[in-house]
Amino acid sequence: MRVALFVTCLVDTLFPQVGRATVSLLERLGHEVVVPSGQSCCGQPQINTGYQREALPLIRRHTDVFSAYDAVVAPSGSCVGSIRHQHAMVARRAGDDGLATAAHDVGTRTYELSEFLVDVLGVEDVGASFPHRVTYHPTCHSLRMLRVGDKPLRLLRNVRGLDLVELPAADQCCGFGGTFAVKNADTSTAMLADKMQHVLDTEAEVCTAGDSSCLMQIGGGLSRLRAGTRTLHLAEILASTEPAA
Amino acid sequence: MSTFLGMPDVGHAPRGVGHLRGEEPFPAAARKALANAQLRRNIGHATSTIRAKRAAVVGEVPDWEELRTAGRDIKNATMHRLDSYLEQLEANIQARGGVVHWARDAIEANEIVTRLVKATGSDEVVKVKSMATQEIGLNEALEAAGITPYETDLAELIVQLGHDLPSHILVPAIHRNRAEIREIFLREMPDADPGLTDEPQVLAMAARKHLREKFLTARVAISGANFAVAETGTLSVVESEGNGRMCLTLPQTLITVMGIEKVVPAWTDLEVFLQLLPRSSTGERMNPYTSMWTGVTPGDGPQEFHLVLLDNGRTATLADPDGREALNCIRCSACLNVCPVYERTGGHAYGSVYPGPIGAVLSPQLTGIEDNASLPYASSLCGACYDVCPVKIDIPTMLVHLRAEHVDARRAEGRPSPEALVMRAAAWTMSNPRRWALAQRLTRLGRLLGRRRDRISQLPPPLSSWTASRDLPRPPEETFSEWWTRTRGSQP
Ligand code: SF4
Repeated sequence: MRVALFVTCLVDTLFPQVGRATVSLLERLGHEVVVPSGQSCCGQPQINTGYQREALPLIRRHTDVFSAYDAVVAPSGSCVGSIRHQHAMVARRAGDDGLATAAHDVGTRTYELSEFLVDVLGVEDVGASFPHRVTYHPTCHSLRMLRVGDKPLRLLRNVRGLDLVELPAADQCCGFGGTFAVKNADTSTAMLADKMQHVLDTEAEVCTAGDSSCLMQIGGGLSRLRAGTRTLHLAEILASTEPAA
Repeated sequence: MSTFLGMPDVGHAPRGVGHLRGEEPFPAAARKALANAQLRRNIGHATSTIRAKRAAVVGEVPDWEELRTAGRDIKNATMHRLDSYLEQLEANIQARGGVVHWARDAIEANEIVTRLVKATGSDEVVKVKSMATQEIGLNEALEAAGITPYETDLAELIVQLGHDLPSHILVPAIHRNRAEIREIFLREMPDADPGLTDEPQVLAMAARKHLREKFLTARVAISGANFAVAETGTLSVVESEGNGRMCLTLPQTLITVMGIEKVVPAWTDLEVFLQLLPRSSTGERMNPYTSMWTGVTPGDGPQEFHLVLLDNGRTATLADPDGREALNCIRCSACLNVCPVYERTGGHAYGSVYPGPIGAVLSPQLTGIEDNASLPYASSLCGACYDVCPVKIDIPTMLVHLRAEHVDARRAEGRPSPEALVMRAAAWTMSNPRRWALAQRLTRLGRLLGRRRDRISQLPPPLSSWTASRDLPRPPEETFSEWWTRTRGSQP
């Protein structure tokens, strides 16, 4: 299958290893990956901060770049949530019904990584090996906007050597929330403190999730505490072939 | 954008009266609340207990999702014909011997109630727990007119005696623990036993003794309402303690203050809401007391009944198609109890009697966005509120909408904020491939900041509020796009 990768601006710029892992995972599963040029940001930061007018050119560009592909995959529940649930809404609010229809169309063919693997490709065992103790944080937009449910957990359970530990109060927000993390930094940090405590309680070596943004929050907090627990994107674990010790 | 729905637009809730506006923006108020360890323990404990109870009793109902959909649909249909349902309600109440008053805002409502109480010759009233009267600051208005209001709901009594404001819709004193309540009682109740302990049972008995006298002597009661049925003219209050029932039945005169959005068309609609409300709010299958009354029944209960219909920004809210669903709220408070922001800051940080997710969308609409501009941003958009709301109000989408309203209003003023400039610059850069590639290369300068380590721990404002508690990874040597082009060449 030919898959268009929407790598997302955050992964492209700050976490390129997540994009490379997504490519290597999909290619290992026998699919052709293309990275359409001209892609940048889905506009979610603008939309969720109230700057819908500023988001419009980004939505237009995103829709143009990806409208030619049957399947678009992004390693981010949050960006896919925005593409699927916000793009058409913002276009309609601006009175651009043509864009709304086209954006809606792209939205129906855009998938978060775990959705794509389980629902579209029908695989739960991706042939990965990762001999470490891991806990999974279900990010809010994957959980409640996309309803990915236990798909990421099903994928993780099939990884060789991986010791999956349940995260207490897993469904609680990590406190990222885009510009919320800066505008309401104190509340965001209070939410992060509880999330970190739960992560540390699991004694996991690695905390994983399907969104680099939330991992930047959790990982940023753990790093500040020199806590010794790493964060890795789900794609990095699923791409791993690290042999058992 | 606004749409005419048969209702006149009488404007927003006025300033200077009632409790819909805080003294400071949410982030500043939240910072203080977050520093109060006792408050966070009290609220964290209370919300996690009630969350578990709600989840258990909601899980028992096989058609819960259908009930939620029905609740939403009834409310939406009602709002589209609110004017005719209100007139039907008025006609039915008057036919049954009640009197209906229309109050444009808090000032008018307070004046009407004060005049009605004065006409009875009484200088005290007993009160049933009511959000609407807290919203308009009725107690302060009555006191200014020489009338003493006695709150009879236990939690509301604690708030009143503590000279405090409610911090939760259902449990107004959720921010207080037993020891604090004991202190308030000892200080404020002249008849309290000095040997009072902080056992819940003992505290409840002390309040009961304090209130019993009032129930038996009061001649006027003031209540809110959970529902009003247009086709019959029936009002309804649901509660747990039975103190409301006392107020609604013993005094000679009953005055009910109710927001205009509380009307439902038909008696059978209560079937839906009386299932949704108790399970969502207290986590009970059924609330212990459901009182219903229709006008005046000769020889039984209050012989004089007044309904004050309150607007106070509600028709202004109704006029916005993307915001009006906030009026569908049945005040169950489930969204507060699951909100990770509310759980940590408590209700006072929101500055309004309506805190939490619903407060963040309702208060700015009632007052006009400029008076509560920080509230729509007081959310990480995690969506937990939408999942539990018994009438399926899509609060996250409404928050995003209100943020846009706020930004657009600012835009119209023509003075772009630093944030607006950043957002504009980011969109300008990212909507063009060459500019975006250049900007990404510039990000690499950030590597200098993390020179000695793999992390960045200090950045200038406004990003300093990120690095105050969190590191950032050092930007990589090569972006994903550069790696792709280097290894695979460029693609379509
Ligand atoms: S918005 Fe929904 S969940 Fe929140 S108080 Fe109102 S009815 Fe309950």
